[in-house]
Amino acid sequence: MYTPDNILTTTIDKAVRWSRTQSMWPVTFGLACCAIEMMAAGSAKYDLARYGMEVFRASPRQADLMIVAGRVSQKMAPVLRQVYDQMADPKWVIAMGACSSTGGMFNNYALVQGVDHIVPVDIMYQVVLPAHSL
Amino acid sequence: MSSEIINTTVEEYKKLVESLHAENYEMMVDLTVVDWFRKKEPRFEVVVQFLSISKNQRKTIKVFVDDEELSIPSITDIYPSANFYEREAFDMFGINFLEHPDLTRILMPDDWNGHPLRKNYGSGRIPVQFKNAPKVE
Repeated sequence: MYTPDNILTTTIDKAVRWSRTQSMWPVTFGLACCAIEMMAAGSAKYDLARYGMEVFRASPRQADLMIVAGRVSQKMAPVLRQVYDQMADPKWVIAMGACSSTGGMFNNYALVQGVDHIVPVDIMYQVVLPAHSL
Repeated sequence: MSSEIINTTVEEYKKLVESLHAENYEMMVDLTVVDWFRKKEPRFEVVVQFLSISKNQRKTIKVFVDDEELSIPSITDIYPSANFYEREAFDMFGINFLEHPDLTRILMPDDWNGHPLRKNYGSGRIPVQFKNAPKVE
């Protein structure tokens, strides 16, 4: 059957999934130095808005991506879990930087050695100061 | 800029702080603890620094705290800024400050056991095996 060029046929599932990837709204979970890098990534030079992430929702209920940027201390861990639980499905987690992925250079009693002990993480990346990697 | 160091005892401590407050030492700048583990007896020494803005002078008070009792009067009623400093000294070293309004842990979680900045507290390091490196304990 002939469809003209300006009509696109797809399944609803694919359309929904496409729209979800095109505009993921992160919840602000900048904790330490990586938070500065996240802010830098959201600003003009390394633009997060080109992925649709220009809006950092303050409320986790309105966000679908949590970027854990920075060191998670033992005291912060239940708070992190609570914010994660308040996010609506579908949700994803990026562990930004070495400190949230594995505890980083701080291998001691005060920090959680890897935020994947607390929340399921989809993407981890380990470069310290990763503004352009984000 | 040096400051005069006064060594005192736990009994004289509160009176000395009150007299400093009367002598126009308006600001308590720092309150911390030194752990002289195995180097000096007794083990913990509380160091308090005062600044007089009007006289432009600083004073330091050093008090050794008894090992079994580990308590010292709190100066929060004279210098309210000592509140958080004393909570941190309690959290990190275990020094009990008598008559402190709210002596709870401030840096570590509330149910933490142990006092991390003591010299005999380990770093809590998880041994990590790196590729191509000699095995470490």
